[in-house]
Amino acid sequence: MNLQIRPILTALRRHKAGTALIALQIALTLAIVCNALFIMHARLSNLSEPSGVDEAAVFVIQNQWAVDRPTPQIDAQVQADLLALRQLPSVRDAAPSTGYPLQGGGWDNFVTMTPDQVQPTTDAAVYYSDEHLLDTLGLRLVAGRNFRPDEVTEMGTQQVVIPPVVIVSQALADRLYPDGSALGKSFYAMGLTPSTIVGIVDTLHRQGVDQWNQSYAGQSLIWPARADDSRGIYYIVRAKPGQLAAAMREAPKALYAQSRLRIISPKDGIQDYAAIRHKVFDSDRGLAILMGIICAVLLAITAAGIVGLTSFWVGQRRKQIGVRRALGATRRDILNYFLTENFLISTGGVLLGVLLALLINGWMITQFETARLSLAYVAAGVVMLLLLGQGAVLAPALRASRVSPVEATRPV
Amino acid sequence: MFAYYLELGLRSLKRSPGLTILMVLAIGFGVAASMTSWSVFRAVSGDPIPWKSAQLFVPQIDMWGPSGRDPDGEPPNAMDYTDAVALMRDHRAKRQSAMYQIAPSVVPTGAGKHPLNVSGHAVYSEFFPMLDVPFKYGSAWSASDDTNRAQVVVINSKLNQKLFGGVDSVGKSVNLEGHEYRVVGVLDHWNPQPRYYDVVNGGGFVIDADDVFMPFQTAIQADIPNDGNTNCNAVPEESGFVGLQHSPCVWIAYMVELDDAAAVQAYRTYLDGYARQQQASGRFSWPPNNRLRDLPAWLESQHVVPSDTKVSLLVAFGLLLVCLVNTVGLLLAKFLRRSGEIGVRRALGAPRAAIYVQFLTEAGMVGVAGGVLGLLLTGAGVASVGWVLPKDIADLARLDVSLLALALLVAVVATVLAGLYPTWRASNVQPAWQLKSN
Repeated sequence: MNLQIRPILTALRRHKAGTALIALQIALTLAIVCNALFIMHARLSNLSEPSGVDEAAVFVIQNQWAVDRPTPQIDAQVQADLLALRQLPSVRDAAPSTGYPLQGGGWDNFVTMTPDQVQPTTDAAVYYSDEHLLDTLGLRLVAGRNFRPDEVTEMGTQQVVIPPVVIVSQALADRLYPDGSALGKSFYAMGLTPSTIVGIVDTLHRQGVDQWNQSYAGQSLIWPARADDSRGIYYIVRAKPGQLAAAMREAPKALYAQSRLRIISPKDGIQDYAAIRHKVFDSDRGLAILMGIICAVLLAITAAGIVGLTSFWVGQRRKQIGVRRALGATRRDILNYFLTENFLISTGGVLLGVLLALLINGWMITQFETARLSLAYVAAGVVMLLLLGQGAVLAPALRASRVSPVEATRPV
Repeated sequence: MFAYYLELGLRSLKRSPGLTILMVLAIGFGVAASMTSWSVFRAVSGDPIPWKSAQLFVPQIDMWGPSGRDPDGEPPNAMDYTDAVALMRDHRAKRQSAMYQIAPSVVPTGAGKHPLNVSGHAVYSEFFPMLDVPFKYGSAWSASDDTNRAQVVVINSKLNQKLFGGVDSVGKSVNLEGHEYRVVGVLDHWNPQPRYYDVVNGGGFVIDADDVFMPFQTAIQADIPNDGNTNCNAVPEESGFVGLQHSPCVWIAYMVELDDAAAVQAYRTYLDGYARQQQASGRFSWPPNNRLRDLPAWLESQHVVPSDTKVSLLVAFGLLLVCLVNTVGLLLAKFLRRSGEIGVRRALGAPRAAIYVQFLTEAGMVGVAGGVLGLLLTGAGVASVGWVLPKDIADLARLDVSLLALALLVAVVATVLAGLYPTWRASNVQPAWQLKSN
């Protein structure tokens, strides 16, 4: 194929402004689309983060106490509530907790290897619960054992109990003991006494999902204690397969039958994991959708702009095209001419665009602590825009190729 | 003459409807995207108390020392009980209040009514005049109520509606956590966004307003625990809410009102003196590292405007920029296609200025059409912003006259600017050359 680059360049020199504008538009589009797609992908990957929870069957009750009572009374009520929940025909298991995975924010402690260490080794999301939590959330125990009932203590309002035993997530175990020897070892989590790792569970997401939490992703610990806080408690409940809706209906009734001195908000007092996930990733999903829409509009406008400007050029050059056809150029030559012309302009545009994309990303890193743009996105963006340019130019180029040689002889 | 240019412009736009529609669509989408993002950004970055924000300050005291600081040396963003109470006792600002978030349950009178949970803050009496909090009935409690730990509350109009049917309930009694409190004031609608007096809790934007306010020391005495964040650098030695008060954990927000630069300087000196005194007494083993920021600087330092909002705004402006570059290109094509016509006009004596007016009029017409489309799309955008943004933020985005006017203005100004270069090119058309080539 004969690429007529030199005559194209000569012709483009006569359309400096139009050429520069298309190239600039392609450059800006590439820069924005690369960064927008990058943000979109980062957010979408947040959405599918595994929680470790059997999400199809688990729901959470936010139970607030209506009256202030001493801790032993609250503890008795919590135990009675749990018993009532576990006895429901639609319920497989239930556990008390200070928080739940994907809650959006919650309790976390710094972790150190020695009690007087100043810089923490890492940070762990903290769950206080009993021996039913593993079965209730559906966590997979990969090493060691579950808590024994006699290890579960009570913990009053604003009290912090540091139990001698702890179950950690695999991510936390790996962070503390990278050689895989975590089981049986101990650590300190802001207390004066150590906790010994008696069990390791596969995946257990933290309560928080924000940027700060992401640097400690998946690092969680479970301590055996019932949080008998005078303000309230979370009951995590796992329904039997296929009975989630029934369990969510029966659970509050069972609790109110135990005692009316509680508040379960009718609005968001009971949430299944679909709702929890939806809520916690609200802004991530929103930004991803927004970026998607803006990318689509950008690409559409740029494509339309190329169609518009190329059509104009074709219209302007009908006579020259006619002359070329009369002198023996085939339709294919004319088609190739416009495709090549667009390819040259687009190449210039994407080169500038890559530079702009990296500049914008560099600036965003300093401003918004975003991650570094991976070159795969730049490469994908370049290919996308080159294809978009060729696609957009096709219709006007085909029209140009259909110009009859007779045009050459016609007076304008 | 202008009417003639309008007619010429209309005729020219009709001649190539495809290009015209393309330009109008591009301007419309660009304007709508940027205006919708702007409406959200404007809502979250606005000053919640513009008439007074320069006089409101948030002090921070470094009670944790070097090991508890941020990498940039920033002390904790809340106070522990010891410092909050000491600062309240010294009372060095014109007005000041320590505050903490509470969520007591209200037991309504009358059988068969369920207890309900309300949210609020335990504050000092100066909180209300300091923040210009509007009252519907009654007033704030007095300074002596603060010291006497009076059993009084201020409730908002929503809770007043729920409990008392909206009548003037001053003097009536509310049962919180099993204790009776006398209502001294009912707030008029007041739900500032961001909730600037306590942004550490809830991140700034909270859908539901505080229902109840009670004296700080009354709440402490009644053992109504903190419902907001508690941040500790070590596990408290004692348990319970009293243990929290004795601990170096931070959970109390603090705000002061300072009238002028001299007062600010004096308060700074006071804070440093306080920290030095703590150092002398052995509680702190580090030199003073305090902060005293005015409200706008405080909101900025706490990143109250979500960075997602800024990113969306930037991306939307980027879209507008691409749309404008697109419009420059299309207008250029459109105008230069009429080189012949321009040549004839110039040859017949039209000055360059006339060409300018004619083509900028045409660009302006595209701008107006794009603006009108942009208005409609902005309306749709603001209405559906709740679909992509969290509810607490989306609810704040409003469509108002100023936003619509801005949308139209941006559309017309941007399009005319985009038309400048093509018009300049058009006005440079050589009449002789055009006439000859034809």
